[in-house]
Amino acid sequence: MIRFIIKRMLMAIPILWAVLTTVFMLVRVVPGDPTIIILGDQASQAARDQLRQQLGLNESILAQYGDFLMQILHGDLGRSLTTNRPILHEVAAVLPFTIELTIASLIVGTLIGVPLGVLAAERRDGFADWFARIFSLVGVSFPAFVSAILLLIGFAIQLRWFPVISSPRDNSILEHLRALVLPSINLGLLMVAYVTRVTRSGMLKALGEDYIRTARSKGLPHRLVVWRHAFRNVLVPVVTVVGLYLGVLIGNAVLTEIVFNRPGLGKLIVTALNQRDYTLLQGLMVVTAFAIVLANMLTDITYGLVDPRVKTS
Amino acid sequence: MSASTILQRSLRSGGLVTGAVIVVAMIALACAAPLVAPYDPNAQDVLSVLADPSAAHWFGTDQFGRDVLSRVLWGARISLYVGFVSTSAGVAIGTVIGVISGYYGGIVDRLIVAATDVLLSFPQLIMGLLLVAVLGASLTNLIIAIAVTAVPAFIRMARGSTLTMRERDFVDACRALGYGDLRIMFLHVLPNILDEIVVMASLWMASAIRTESTLAFIGLSVPPPTATWGGVVRDGFDNLLDAPWLAVFPSLAILAVMIGLNLMGDGLRDASDPKGK
Repeated sequence: MIRFIIKRMLMAIPILWAVLTTVFMLVRVVPGDPTIIILGDQASQAARDQLRQQLGLNESILAQYGDFLMQILHGDLGRSLTTNRPILHEVAAVLPFTIELTIASLIVGTLIGVPLGVLAAERRDGFADWFARIFSLVGVSFPAFVSAILLLIGFAIQLRWFPVISSPRDNSILEHLRALVLPSINLGLLMVAYVTRVTRSGMLKALGEDYIRTARSKGLPHRLVVWRHAFRNVLVPVVTVVGLYLGVLIGNAVLTEIVFNRPGLGKLIVTALNQRDYTLLQGLMVVTAFAIVLANMLTDITYGLVDPRVKTS
Repeated sequence: MSASTILQRSLRSGGLVTGAVIVVAMIALACAAPLVAPYDPNAQDVLSVLADPSAAHWFGTDQFGRDVLSRVLWGARISLYVGFVSTSAGVAIGTVIGVISGYYGGIVDRLIVAATDVLLSFPQLIMGLLLVAVLGASLTNLIIAIAVTAVPAFIRMARGSTLTMRERDFVDACRALGYGDLRIMFLHVLPNILDEIVVMASLWMASAIRTESTLAFIGLSVPPPTATWGGVVRDGFDNLLDAPWLAVFPSLAILAVMIGLNLMGDGLRDASDPKGK
């Protein structure tokens, strides 16, 4: 198992390098002189020269690229152009909120999606199945900001069950969790839809297999057959969608954070864009890409845990 | 036959039809916007600002007294247009590259696969955000940005399908007949993978419209006062406490098109799947 994990971690290195190179190029293709974009076209030549010096724009593109990679290897993402604070600090300040939201929505997604998918497959064409299909259709159709606004109108403004603004400075843990409910349901909605679909089709396939008939004919209780024998086979595809949609989740987190007014990585990205803070933007892209590469790696490692056949192959 | 069976059956067989009806109706309304919209979408009426829905203004009015129904109808034109054009462009470019890459294989193929893997490791929305921010918010740039996010997905898919087609006997037969590579790729391989591409394109169009409305919601779309769905939702969101209905109607319009396109996509996929359950 450890060898498998180490092998998988080594495989992530070239991908990370390629991703970093892409980020570097993307930020460099910005048309126009970055110093004019940052300082405005009224800025004096001296101020622009100073900024060019500060940003290292006078060096050759290859030297800039080398500096960029070396900085990241040292765990340094540079400083924000607008606040002049280290980008790592900016990220560290909001990261817990994003992680908390992502984990909560993953829990919502699997806790609702898996049982719903299993139930739908067990009672194929029954009411549960019909409900699961409509629910997942609506779930995949909702743009994250639309569902967020409707949840906000319904449960925060009309019913007043939850706070309208999910402030991070809520005093008690209970209040904090209350503020987390609507954002995580919103972010989990898409997850529920995908997990339900994958679980349902995987279970339908598994329940038709010979070994399920064998297990049934041995007289094993129904619940044991469904959850231990059939469900184990669905774990790999479920882990795959969860891992795959972590990327989508990060995109949707931007919107969820805006609508519910929560701090987080997504909101920081929009702030960086609005303020044309390119070093912050570059740093955030690096962090996002790292997160996704890490998520893919964890997904693969989880395969090894849930399916012993993966390790050996 | 129980009610749930009927509903479920009509969902299975009628999903495609229902979806198509919704989408066609929306396209018709968008095309007819100049005729059916009750007001000029940009006409401000300071005397009826944030008015409740009424007989005069079915969906109410926004913070400038503009008629929301008219803005939703006109906004449909932009949203559907961007969705259609950007998906078509992304599908066309991605498919051509994917077919060529899969057909020839070799080092170029491997480089293309590596490049798509890297591009796909950025979330679609973040990529779109970045591209529009870099290029500047305009109709053309919006279409370019959304098309670019579609390209790697279609490269991957067209390449995969081409790989399996390449091994088929009919391709060998074409070679034996002395057909050129271009002719084999685009007259013989492409038609055989087209059904999968059409299915994915219909699902992708939903995703393109979602991206457009999302970018508009963030403020990175066609500049105001032009009405776009995401922009109208944004106006509603900014006045959420005073006039919650403002955001609801355009939201429902977006949701309806999403459901329509997803129903169509799922229906097409089921219909084209020979193992159809």
